[in-house]
Amino acid sequence: MKPRHCLLAGAMAVAANMAFADCMNTVPVKTISNAFPAYEIMTGVMAGCGNVESELDKDHRLKIVDAFSANPSLYSMTSLTNSTSVPMIDADLLRPLDDLIAMHGASLNPHQFIEIDGKTMAIAAFANTQHLMYREDILSDLGIAVPTTWDEYIAAAEKIQAAGVVDYPIGHYMKDGWNLAFVFVNHYLGEGGGFFNADWTPSINNEKGMAVLERMAKLGTLMDPEYLVSDTTFVTKQMQQGKIAMANLWASRAGAVNDPAESTVSGKILMAAGLRGSERIASTIWWDGWAIAKNISDEEAEAAMKLIVASMAEDVIQANNDDAIWLAKGFVPGDAAKGAFDTAAGDAVPYPMNKYIGSMHSALGSGLAAFMTGDKDAATTLADIEAAYVSDAMEKGLLK
Amino acid sequence: MKKKTFAIFVGPSVFMMVLFIAAPLLSVLWQSFHVTQPVYEQVEVETCTPGLLGSVCTTELKTRPLLSENGKILTETTFVGLQSYRNVIEPEKLRTAIASGSWRDLMNIRFWAALRFTLAFTILTLPLVLGTGLLIALAVNNTLQRIKGPVIFVSLLPFIITPVIGALSIRWLFLGDGILTAGLEWWLDRDIAMFAQAWTIELMLYIYRVWHVAPFAFVVFYAGLQTVNNDAVEAAIIDGASRWQRLRYVIIPHLMPLVIFLTLIHLMDAYRVFEEIVGFSASAHVISLQWLTYEFLLQDGTGARAISRASASAILTMIGIAVLLGVPLRRVWREQMGS
Repeated sequence: MKPRHCLLAGAMAVAANMAFADCMNTVPVKTISNAFPAYEIMTGVMAGCGNVESELDKDHRLKIVDAFSANPSLYSMTSLTNSTSVPMIDADLLRPLDDLIAMHGASLNPHQFIEIDGKTMAIAAFANTQHLMYREDILSDLGIAVPTTWDEYIAAAEKIQAAGVVDYPIGHYMKDGWNLAFVFVNHYLGEGGGFFNADWTPSINNEKGMAVLERMAKLGTLMDPEYLVSDTTFVTKQMQQGKIAMANLWASRAGAVNDPAESTVSGKILMAAGLRGSERIASTIWWDGWAIAKNISDEEAEAAMKLIVASMAEDVIQANNDDAIWLAKGFVPGDAAKGAFDTAAGDAVPYPMNKYIGSMHSALGSGLAAFMTGDKDAATTLADIEAAYVSDAMEKGLLK
Repeated sequence: MKKKTFAIFVGPSVFMMVLFIAAPLLSVLWQSFHVTQPVYEQVEVETCTPGLLGSVCTTELKTRPLLSENGKILTETTFVGLQSYRNVIEPEKLRTAIASGSWRDLMNIRFWAALRFTLAFTILTLPLVLGTGLLIALAVNNTLQRIKGPVIFVSLLPFIITPVIGALSIRWLFLGDGILTAGLEWWLDRDIAMFAQAWTIELMLYIYRVWHVAPFAFVVFYAGLQTVNNDAVEAAIIDGASRWQRLRYVIIPHLMPLVIFLTLIHLMDAYRVFEEIVGFSASAHVISLQWLTYEFLLQDGTGARAISRASASAILTMIGIAVLLGVPLRRVWREQMGS
């Protein structure tokens, strides 16, 4: 925990300088957001402006719909992504920001805005994706070329395993539930698969789905056998402690794996583009940012807007350049951002922003573990997941 | 007691029970037979989202819920009979599994896998909890007066700890190279991964529950031991009864009502096993009925919940508890009528 505090303190120090410049805040504002370095930095800056109470929670997505439905809303603003924006916009819980941007948002980049039917509903702070992180020293010692496809990655992992230089050649966020399903989603897109037919009935029980499962099973043999409890933080730690040589990990962790305060192998890890499936890069592009509640006073909304702008001020971004792929002004892509930029410059697609994928993602989340543990064969697994999706989507009114 | 006095004393409790237990239960029962869905419309929406290299704008047909005049999502509720129950227990798959006689197929249906674990968990931990509780109680009862206080305090600690916290701390002892796993590896000289297969996780869940609940059995038994009639014990000693015979024929019969009380409480609690599954991240390998309900209730990535199946699953859990409690309750009933 200590390094985190240092990080926050660093952000506070930046904030302290700014508090006297232009971000004095007098209206009480409450924020809720995901919990990882970029949000720690931004909420740290906001705290420096005064009267801000921040809640950082990995499971914030489970709270925000209900919290913002209250009147007045329990929080003034929330962090938002492609996926969490769907229920918030559907239920009309967010305030259109165009007027506030006109007043206070001159320093923002226009491509930070999430516009729906011409109205700006959220402001992105940074982009996120998943890409290869690898131990440069191990790969060059063993004479392995940097893998660009999942097949090369598996071949490289087998060589590393044979050499026995690390505990396990790779790590992967394959925790049962959302993470495990997310791995399937990315790989399936990488194989060029579409999840639905034209009438939104499921379409994953096919050759592409089988190929993905086969690859996931193969990956399982190259990891710590406890991978079904391993989430992104767990993989980050494996990387920091030198237990693994490669991982296809969230770009938001690229700073942390090389952070000398946390990592025993800092400086030895390099970034490369997300790995390719047979059709395209098997990674998805996400945006992460802030949105303001509809059910709060204009005064509070304006204060929230000023805080959002302050949290992405140029000097904040410059001081924390390597902690995220910032979209705001002042960002200079460094070594840490290389993987993410190469992924985006390739053909990776955004994570779908619709209701059906939510239902599919949870059907995958509860259905895939049985395959990974060997209780079910691939064809049964895919058929069962399709059936689970259909009954779920029917109950939620998405399918007739 | 006069009827009126009785009513005054019982009234507040009955009121609370109706408000906080009966009414929600009825609502769950009602929801298990109905499905409430938003009313969707198909609209063309232009969306611009930030990419790393600039904005990406797309126009596509989206499914969006209609909003009512006061800004809430418009929903409609339909009666679906037993459909939600069918979706939970999946009778077709059950029939195929039974027809083919395949245990593996049966265990691949989530509800039946959850039921299997929940029953095994409830029934296997019961004798262990009772036995361990009684052993601690006897041990404490026989220790020196001076150290009794500290011994009772230490024995109670596992029960005081919040279940989720207790489960998490034990998980950390075993996860990855946690100190206990590392210790076992050193002792047995082999690689051990406690969280990689179902049986080790299940074993940890059992051990954790016994560790956590045995202190409660201990407190109850310890209180019971204070009321054992010393004359009867002395008479047994004079008759030449051994320590074991005194336990078997004098003390345990005296504690029998407490055994039944603890059994009832344990059956009710253990059948609703949930915290352990969360704490040990066991869901990939074993799930319980309560976990299944939780999973239905959990929002998916876009904020929707399967309330009807969650209600059906909750009602099925309640029916399960009622059936399990039937056996000891009938015994109590007969004893009450007999005396």
